[in-house]
Amino acid sequence: MIRRLLQAIVVMLVVAFVAFSLFQYVGDPVQLMMGQFATPADRIRLTHELGLDQPFYVQFFHFVVNALHGQFGVSLRIGKPVSVLLAQRLPATLELSICAALLALAVGIPAGVYAGLRPNSWLARTAMSASLVGVSLPTFLIGILLILVFAVKLGWLPAFGRGDVVHLGGWSTGLLTRTGLESLIMPTITLGLFQLTLIMRLVRSEMLEVLRADYIKFARARGLSDRAVNFGHALRNTLVPVITITGLQLGSIIAFSIITEQVFQWPGMGLLFVQAVSYADIPVMAAYLCLIALVFVVINLIVDLLYFVVDPRLRVDRPGAAGH
Amino acid sequence: MAGRLADALRDSWDSDLAWSFRHSPYAMVAAIVFIACVGTAALAPWVAPHNPFDLARLDLSNSLKPPMWIAGGDPSYPLGTDDQGRDILSTIFFGARISLEVGIAAVLFSMGLGVALGLLAGYVGGKTDAFIMRVADVQLSFPAILIALLIDGVARAVFPGAHDSMAFWVLVLSIGVSGWVQYARTVRGSTMVEKNKEYVQAARLFGIHPLAIMVRHVLPNVLGPVLVIATIHIATAIITEATLSFLGVGVPATEPSLGTLIRIGNDFMFSGEWWVTLFPGLALVIMVLAINLLGDWLRDALNPRLR
Repeated sequence: MIRRLLQAIVVMLVVAFVAFSLFQYVGDPVQLMMGQFATPADRIRLTHELGLDQPFYVQFFHFVVNALHGQFGVSLRIGKPVSVLLAQRLPATLELSICAALLALAVGIPAGVYAGLRPNSWLARTAMSASLVGVSLPTFLIGILLILVFAVKLGWLPAFGRGDVVHLGGWSTGLLTRTGLESLIMPTITLGLFQLTLIMRLVRSEMLEVLRADYIKFARARGLSDRAVNFGHALRNTLVPVITITGLQLGSIIAFSIITEQVFQWPGMGLLFVQAVSYADIPVMAAYLCLIALVFVVINLIVDLLYFVVDPRLRVDRPGAAGH
Repeated sequence: MAGRLADALRDSWDSDLAWSFRHSPYAMVAAIVFIACVGTAALAPWVAPHNPFDLARLDLSNSLKPPMWIAGGDPSYPLGTDDQGRDILSTIFFGARISLEVGIAAVLFSMGLGVALGLLAGYVGGKTDAFIMRVADVQLSFPAILIALLIDGVARAVFPGAHDSMAFWVLVLSIGVSGWVQYARTVRGSTMVEKNKEYVQAARLFGIHPLAIMVRHVLPNVLGPVLVIATIHIATAIITEATLSFLGVGVPATEPSLGTLIRIGNDFMFSGEWWVTLFPGLALVIMVLAINLLGDWLRDALNPRLR
């Protein structure tokens, strides 16, 4: 476990280094901040004030210390501190991502179990064919089609934005108002659909695999009920890979929310990031990168911990082997 | 000579792969659709009913015409026109061409990079192997789209102004770099198996240079799975390109790919001109679905155990 933790810290340092190099080699902040009418003396003064005349490793150290304090400088495009911008938009992205993940799990696992238990029923076959189409549909196109049908043609749901939000302390939530919930429906489906198909296909193939195992045959021979065999033994053993993939997918849900947020003009971090990329707004890009990396690393650690909970074998004979 | 060619043809027709192809209706339909897509895309300047990029031919009085089966439609514009009076069907042909070009170029780039690094890691082993695979692990924990976005953003900041003219290559680079890991992992795995076989040991005893052994002896034996990955990767690369273009960081609007067309059309959806975005979207899905089906079939045909 300690090895995993060390590895996580190394990954974070590498990402911080990439983010730092962005600052270092891309654009000239002094030029950007002073404009074209600055004297050489002004330039030297500002360079010194910003600490840009110090050696590389000192600057990198300052960058990491600042990053640990959540300081990533000021957005070149909006002119506000990046930390403030991200904090404002974090709730929107998190609410959307968590709802999408819940949708994917709540529908994907039962559908996968069903398709695994009755692989030849027409419902399972239809679901599998539909899932191949689902994999081939780009996220943004799903969003556009939903908007076209439910917002433009039928007028049932709002096409963009978050609706009314309620501010609770520093957290703005759309879960407590009617318009907020209505606005959440289509982005959630858009973001969750791909993960849903992925989880369904995974659970199905794992179920098919496990149901062939000897201990399942033995459990049936013992006269256990179908219910006990299917859910108590089979489903339980499919959960390890499902937890891994789901955990890793939660990270990509947050990353893929970039696209969904763009389609629905959802005021989250992803929208901020896309705007930052097209304006080459480095501080925002660097901060978003570090934040996403942190999310990924934390999720990876949690997934490893969950292994111990779900799979008792790891606790007994291979205590050090959690990091595959 | 002709007899030998016919023999070769008959042999390949009787091979396992062809047998499985002839017995898989999905694969045959997918192949026909894919060939049709590639054909129309490659021949776009000749088969498209209009040239959507010839500014002299565009007429704003033709703008936003609906498809021909809807009242107000014009049979010479079968799928309608966009805001600048460009024929949607023709822009789809040209757009598919750019999407395919970017997709295939990016896959070739990924494949080259991934196969080279995988071969190196698997054959040399030791510290080189550990380093390459660690980098792969770290990159694999980030979604490809994020890495592609990042590279594109950096390219924008490094070459301001010149970006539009290089957009194509920046896209190929960003999609290509974001996809090499899968190739490297697969090739590394099979290289580690191959390098202990007799023919490699024999080559080593002859004193052949390790680089030559890698390229001439090991490489041909590890390429099978790479082809499967590459096929499915073309679909992914096309989706990634469309997504980047949709986000506005892909190819410039003067040379629209399918993703760009969808983004442009998206602005007109609310005023009721749904055809501007729907048809390019359908074209994209059909193309990607065909490639995915082909890839699935190829995987099953080459490796029955995976089924």
